[in-house]
Amino acid sequence: MRSTTSRATPRGRTGAAAVLGLTAATALSACSTPAAADVPGVTDDTVVIGTHQPLTGPAAAGFASISAATAAYFEYVNDRGGINGRQIEYVVKDDGYNPATTQTVVRELVQQEEVFAIVNGLGTPTHSGVLDYLDQNGVPDLFVASGSLTWDQPEEYPNTFGFNADYVTEGAALAQYALDTDPDAVVCVLGQDDDFGEGILQGVELVADEVAVNETYSTADQDVTAQLGAMKEAGCTHNVLGTINGFTALAVGTAAQMGWFPAWHVSSSGADHPTLVEYLGEDGAPALEGLVSVNYLPHSPSSDWYELFTRINDEYNDGAPYTGNTTYGMSVGYQFAEALAAAGQDPTRESIVAALESGELRGNGVAPLTYSADDHFAYRTVRVAVVSDGVQDFVDAAYEVSESGATAVTPQETPLENEGVPAG
Amino acid sequence: MSTATTSPATSPAAIPATRLLLRAGLLTLLALGGTFLLDPYRNYQLATAAGIFAAVAGLTLLVGLTGQLSLGHAVLMAAGGYGYALTATRVADALAGSGAADGVAGLLLPLLAGVVGALVASGALGVLLGLAAARLRGPYLAGLTLALVIALPSVAGTVPALAGAQGVSAPFVPVPDALAALIAVEQWHAWLAILLTSCAVTPLVALRSGRAGLRMRAVHDDETAARLAGIDPGRVKAGAFVASALAAGLGGAVLAVVTQQVSPGAYGLGFSLLLVVAAVVGGLGSLGGAAVGAVLVTLLPWLVDQATGALPADLGHRLQGNLEIALFGVVVIVVMVLRPGGLARLVRGRSRNTSLSTNTER
Repeated sequence: MRSTTSRATPRGRTGAAAVLGLTAATALSACSTPAAADVPGVTDDTVVIGTHQPLTGPAAAGFASISAATAAYFEYVNDRGGINGRQIEYVVKDDGYNPATTQTVVRELVQQEEVFAIVNGLGTPTHSGVLDYLDQNGVPDLFVASGSLTWDQPEEYPNTFGFNADYVTEGAALAQYALDTDPDAVVCVLGQDDDFGEGILQGVELVADEVAVNETYSTADQDVTAQLGAMKEAGCTHNVLGTINGFTALAVGTAAQMGWFPAWHVSSSGADHPTLVEYLGEDGAPALEGLVSVNYLPHSPSSDWYELFTRINDEYNDGAPYTGNTTYGMSVGYQFAEALAAAGQDPTRESIVAALESGELRGNGVAPLTYSADDHFAYRTVRVAVVSDGVQDFVDAAYEVSESGATAVTPQETPLENEGVPAG
Repeated sequence: MSTATTSPATSPAAIPATRLLLRAGLLTLLALGGTFLLDPYRNYQLATAAGIFAAVAGLTLLVGLTGQLSLGHAVLMAAGGYGYALTATRVADALAGSGAADGVAGLLLPLLAGVVGALVASGALGVLLGLAAARLRGPYLAGLTLALVIALPSVAGTVPALAGAQGVSAPFVPVPDALAALIAVEQWHAWLAILLTSCAVTPLVALRSGRAGLRMRAVHDDETAARLAGIDPGRVKAGAFVASALAAGLGGAVLAVVTQQVSPGAYGLGFSLLLVVAAVVGGLGSLGGAAVGAVLVTLLPWLVDQATGALPADLGHRLQGNLEIALFGVVVIVVMVLRPGGLARLVRGRSRNTSLSTNTER
């Protein structure tokens, strides 16, 4: 008899637990049945948008300052009346650069905060996990902070738009500049073991006949000594890096310890000079002299945008150190504001996508935005920047990249108008 | 399921088997109905909790009944998730060419194939670990399973099919047309999660209450005595491990269905230890307690996040990610001090404490 009782107990407990769970659920209840509603996140005087960013964890040191800069720019715009009379509310969620957490926080943004759009979700591994989800729910997925080719699939993901110049473009421009400055260059590649590294490598292969060595690392790695040893052994003269800031610093620092000083050609995602100096310390900073990178944003002290962003940074961002991330974050903000203004007096999710695809938006980069119905990337042109006497600034070289290779072009920056607040 | 443990269990449980299935069916229906009361986000949380529940149920059976401590159940879930994602993607791709992609077959075939893939992957890993578990005891088994969790990111980075930190994506399972007007995607996924979880947990209930459960308890209490009674402790331990691994694998498949992605970051050390916390807080050996524990580890981080959001931004950021870990520690201590048998005892009261103490309070 006793066995019968004990047999029944687990069910009893499961039942009790289920009832408990249901009671708790009912307390928080609301219906799940799909219903047609107004435009989510848009009221008469606000527009709520959200993002996922690494505010903690390994990637935080390199990227946490981006969303702060974007938020500061929105505050600046809000103080000047917002866009079409609406204040922009920017909800930043921390995902720690962990794809699993991204899944959760993005659902929170869409279902709990009911955001109008996701803007500048950061990272390839993190964002690719929510791509389908956002597509199914028809949420505009604007200005993804990554240069992966994934974001440029208008057929499959009509609401997703990239922000960065894609990695292939960057890789091709970096390698072309190496060949233009030194025809005998031995070009090698060190890349992250994901879309980032692969894209850079693809770009390099587009313009260089031969890639002498291609090494990869994983963000979980503690050092890159083995990779750099192999590259030094192979006699590389120009190293193209598809690395994030921390690993760029690690690569340059490790090579310097080996007594090896090749030319470094680094993707914009990992070439922010102040951040690199912070990683390497003042003693290691001289190793960064001559570091070549490309950028598509006006990150140069000579630009009007730079000057405006510096002012906004002082006033609305507590004077945080001004880095490439600041330019990046504020440019994201400007681009969203411009798109929102173009989406009309009563913006809808459809109208903002239509505004982007119209091809009329200019952005604030080194060349006008290239968004169109069949191109969801922002920039196909990048400009070369070199560190000289501890200052990272543009040189005259710029490249436009297409499938046939990288062509030298003259940069044409969008002029600053109306104090950087897009008019509706 | 391992024949060593299930086949003897079915004969004595023959009469209550119908009752067991009836109860399982009723509870499943109740849970399915419950999804109508929830908004989409909470249905998503429910689906996540269901996936975790499957794994914790397997774990609590393993620790509570046979006394084998596994710190690596997250890896078994990951194995299930990868198995699901890789198989389902293959099948979906194959169907896409054949024109059968539309309709119910196009919907269900990848899902079912994926579940089989999840069972095969987690089962295979479970057999390997079970063989080791039959020979290792206590801290050594815990150490081995812990090492697996730590090795997961490297393994994912080394094996090309697992695609490193980025992980592999699983095909999206859309709402069937017949239901599209009635329920949202999240609710549909919650349904799938509940169904898969009941498929994982019901056999565990049968195992626990049947002869296999008795053998596990016997091995746990005294291996020599069990051996004298004609029980092979090695087989029982290995069998328990496989059963537990299969449940965890289904849990991983649930999470893959819900999130459409499997990456090593989702199955880290922290998550693996959380599964143990869920089992301990719920009450070792108690499947109902596992459900409570699973809900707790799903909701607590979210509640903490809501709470830190209300704090000043600077303080909030510093607490984010750290506070929940501290809080879980506090919860374990408080529960152990007040209710050593876990939260399951809270529901049942103290009356049965004595009769089950030998199995659950070690």
